[in-house]
Amino acid sequence: MTSLGKKMVLAAAVALGLGTAVAADQPVVAITQIVAHPALDAVHKGVVDELTDQGYVDGKNIAYMHESAQGDTGIAAQIAKKFAGDNPDVIVAIATPSAQSVAAAVRGIPVVFSAVTDPVEAKLVKDLDKPGKNITGVTDAIALDKQVEMIQQIVPDAKKIGTVYNPGEANSVATNEKIKAFFEGKDLELIEAPATKSSEVLAAARSLVGKADVIYITLDNTVVSALEGVVQVGEQNDIPVFAADTGSVERGVVAALGFDYYDVGRETGKQVVEILKGKNPGDIPVGQLEQLNLFINPGAAEKMGITIPQEVIDSAAEVIGQ
Amino acid sequence: MSEIAFYGAVETGFIYGLVAFGIYLSFRVLDFPDLTVDGSFPLGAAVAAVCIMNGWNPWLATFMAIFAGMAAGAVTAFLNVKLGILNLLASILVMTALYSVNLRIMGRPNVALLGEDTILTAWENNLSLPYFVVPVLLFAMVALVAFLAMWWFMKSETGLAMRATGANPSMARAQGIATGFMIILGIAIANGLVALAGALFAQSQGSADVTMGVGVIVIGLASLIGGEAMVMPKTVVRALIGCIVGAIIYRLAIALALNADFIGLEAQDLNLITAALVTLAIVLPNMRNKLRLKIR
Repeated sequence: MTSLGKKMVLAAAVALGLGTAVAADQPVVAITQIVAHPALDAVHKGVVDELTDQGYVDGKNIAYMHESAQGDTGIAAQIAKKFAGDNPDVIVAIATPSAQSVAAAVRGIPVVFSAVTDPVEAKLVKDLDKPGKNITGVTDAIALDKQVEMIQQIVPDAKKIGTVYNPGEANSVATNEKIKAFFEGKDLELIEAPATKSSEVLAAARSLVGKADVIYITLDNTVVSALEGVVQVGEQNDIPVFAADTGSVERGVVAALGFDYYDVGRETGKQVVEILKGKNPGDIPVGQLEQLNLFINPGAAEKMGITIPQEVIDSAAEVIGQ
Repeated sequence: MSEIAFYGAVETGFIYGLVAFGIYLSFRVLDFPDLTVDGSFPLGAAVAAVCIMNGWNPWLATFMAIFAGMAAGAVTAFLNVKLGILNLLASILVMTALYSVNLRIMGRPNVALLGEDTILTAWENNLSLPYFVVPVLLFAMVALVAFLAMWWFMKSETGLAMRATGANPSMARAQGIATGFMIILGIAIANGLVALAGALFAQSQGSADVTMGVGVIVIGLASLIGGEAMVMPKTVVRALIGCIVGAIIYRLAIALALNADFIGLEAQDLNLITAALVTLAIVLPNMRNKLRLKIR
């Protein structure tokens, strides 16, 4: 749609009293997320804060639209179509299902996805370095080598890594496949314990007792929401529990080397700014967070029967419980 | 509301109209509370997506989805009729099992169809219509075919036997109707329709996701009941029209809610709106009847 068409649509929407009251001359950023959830909300906040810091102030020289599908793919589809019709300058789509429905609904509007673990598998982009077309974004894939390094620094003889995950979460399954591929040929083994809902997490964690040297929790929404069950199993059976998200450390895991979802949002915001300044999304490589922070919890380590080496403590970005 | 949002709502409405057909058949005709649909919707999506990924003709893939849905419905009804498990529980069991089955079929939780050849592709390439109008037209035609097939079926001898089974099983049995078979057939058809809806949805949305069945039963019910409130369902034809009308109005209401900043509504209020809508739809006809009695 031309910018004239866009103005007409906006004018019509305002005239009907249905649209967001947006002046047609300021850029519009539309944000959709599949569900309201602390990590995804942090992404949203990160995007807005980054734009604000770069001089795009809400209501002054930029306008936002924001919708959450509340976990319903039917609503996600309708949000995508609403945005396609409103023709904003950039659409930010948080998490895989929202990103896919936006990709299916829009033609030509720049799209920036965020918190998608495997954008290629999700068919959002063909190539991470050269996305082409109108879509780019930021992945929340974890740097596996660094994760394993972190675990082995704290528990040097850890060979069997147990993980609890939800086989229904695309991101978790993709991560597990990557871990298994990464372990190939190394003296390491991934032992998977599936839990399809948060009420099954405790039992799944118990099934790892006697099989796993350590438990490592990836960015799985189901398991992270019921993390206390895993921590309890770790404490009762002296199995150190590690996580990929730093927020889990204060909830009782030994350590996490991860990024803040807020920073994922910040990274996403940078791409949005580039596009607002005229860059073509297809020319912006898919972003991945370089900055990883080590969070440790010596008290939790003690409860799980290990001590964290002093040099690891010294290198931590944050020590919880001190 | 923009043009694209409007057409999008109508498109999604036609898809959920098929779900409402299925729920009309199970809930209204057979009096069988069937929660299998929360599993057969993603089942249809999964089967269609995997077949398409394997290079099948998308229409053939869609037909496979219907058969898979019918099989799932038949299992639910079999558990109820032959093994004597309470109908609601039987459907919950199958719905639960389908979660694992769907993961097995897809091999992973999300199969992306973006850029693949779907039933929409040929239409998009050969019709000089805006891209957002094409799915509305195609799905309206699918819904029309389903509508005519259902209408014909409900008037057929088997259809009449099925209605008798739902209305009064003892009487139906006394008339020599194999009620067990009727229930199995009916629930199979109902879930075949829901799986068809799932297959269409996946192709229009660019992916099949194992979580996409959550709440399908509520939305289907809301569409059915809303439609009944709009179109007095005195005959089968009116009931079926009501299903489509209800589904489209439900989707338009959501599209409106997404645009309803002017009355302070936000996205998080959508579930509340749904509940209010269903409640209203249930209450209104009763109130109307009472009013009519008073006037007399």
